[in-house]
Amino acid sequence: MEELNLFIKSIFIDNMIFAYFLGMCSFLAVGLAVTFMLVVTVPINYMLNKYVLQEGALTWLDPSLAGVDLSFLGLILFIAVIASATQLVEMAVEKFSPSLYASLGIFLPLIAVNCAILGAALFMQQRDFSSAWTATVYGAGSGIGWLLAIVGIAAIREKIAYSDIPKPLRGVGIAFIITGLMGIAFMSFLGIRLG
Amino acid sequence: MLSKKNKEALFNPLSKDNPILVQILGICSSLAVTASLEPAIVMGISVIAVLAFSNVIISFLRKTIPTNIRIIVQLVVIAALVIIVQQILVAYNYDVSKKLSVFIGLIITNCIIMGRLEAFAMHNRPWPSFLDGVGNGLGYTIILVIVAFFRELLGSGTLFGFKVIPQWCYDHGYMDNGLMILPPMALITLGCIIWYHRAHNKELQED
Repeated sequence: MEELNLFIKSIFIDNMIFAYFLGMCSFLAVGLAVTFMLVVTVPINYMLNKYVLQEGALTWLDPSLAGVDLSFLGLILFIAVIASATQLVEMAVEKFSPSLYASLGIFLPLIAVNCAILGAALFMQQRDFSSAWTATVYGAGSGIGWLLAIVGIAAIREKIAYSDIPKPLRGVGIAFIITGLMGIAFMSFLGIRLG
Repeated sequence: MLSKKNKEALFNPLSKDNPILVQILGICSSLAVTASLEPAIVMGISVIAVLAFSNVIISFLRKTIPTNIRIIVQLVVIAALVIIVQQILVAYNYDVSKKLSVFIGLIITNCIIMGRLEAFAMHNRPWPSFLDGVGNGLGYTIILVIVAFFRELLGSGTLFGFKVIPQWCYDHGYMDNGLMILPPMALITLGCIIWYHRAHNKELQED
C-alpha cells in the first residue's frame, strides 16, 4: 500500500516537471552564467568608463589630456570586454563541467550578444554610479532578476505544452503574451524601497 | 540587377520570412522603442543602415575571415557602424537620440544583424547581401511601426505626436489606456500580431 501511495504520488503530485521543474537546469545554468558575466563585466566597464572614456578621464595619465573625450568609443570597448569575458566563462565551463558544456551548446557563446549584458554596461554609463562597488551590486542585481524571470518563463512554458491554445498562437505567439503578462506582474515591484 | 534569387532576398523578409515574426530575432529592442511612432521609425532606419552595410562589408571580407574569430570580426564591424549611426543621430536629431538612449547601442547585440551575417553574408556576394540586409531591416521596421502605431494610438491617443482622437471622445468619457505605454504591452501586441500573421500563413503554424 505504501508503495502504491508513493507511485501515485510521484505521478500526479510530486510530478517532476510540475512540482520541481526538473530539466530546467540549463536555464538555471544560463541564468547563473549571465549573472556571473554581469558581475564581472559591469565593474570592468565602469573602470574603463571612469578612467579612460569620459571627458577628462585621462588626467591621471597626463594633465594635458583633460580635454580628451573618448566616450564615442564606449560601445566598441564594452563589447570587447564582454566578448573576452564570455570566452573565459566558456573555457571554464568546458573544463569543469563538460556535460553542462555539451547541453548548453551554442547558447553559451551567444551570451556575448545577450542584450542584458551590454544593456547593463550602457545603463551603468548613463546612471553615473558613484563607485565600482555600486556598479558591481547593480550588475549582480540585474543578473539575479534576469535569472528569476527566465526560470519563471521556462516554468510556465513547460506547463503550457499541455494546454489547448488556438493553433496560430502556439509556440512563440503565446510565449510573447506570457512574457508580457509576467512583465506586468513584475511591475508590481515598482516603488519598493528598502531602508 | 534583380534576379529571382535577389528578389527573394529582398522581399521574403517582409512577411513570409519576417525577422521578428518568423525568425524571432531582435525582439528586445522592439519593446522599448515602440511606445510612439517617431523613435520606432528612427530605430528602424538605423537598423536598416547598419544591417545593409555590415552585410556588404562582411560579404566582401567573407573569404579572408578565419572561421575561429569570425564572431569578433563581425562584432567589430557592427560596433563601428553603430558608432557612426549614433554620432549622426546625436548630431542631427538630438531629441530622438535621447529618447532611444541605450537602444541605439544595443543594435550591436541585436540578433537580427548577427543572424543575417552568419546565415547570409558569409556565403553570398555583396549585392545580394545588401538586398538581404535592406529586406530584413525593412521587415523589422514594418513590425516596429505596426506595434508603435497601436501603442501610441491606444496609449496616448496621438500619432507622430499629433492628437488623432477627437476631443469629444474624451468629453464623453473615453480614456487613454496608460498600460499601452508600458514595455510589457509591446510583447502582448507582438503576440497578437504573430497570432494574426500565422492565422493567414498556415504553413508557419506549429502543430
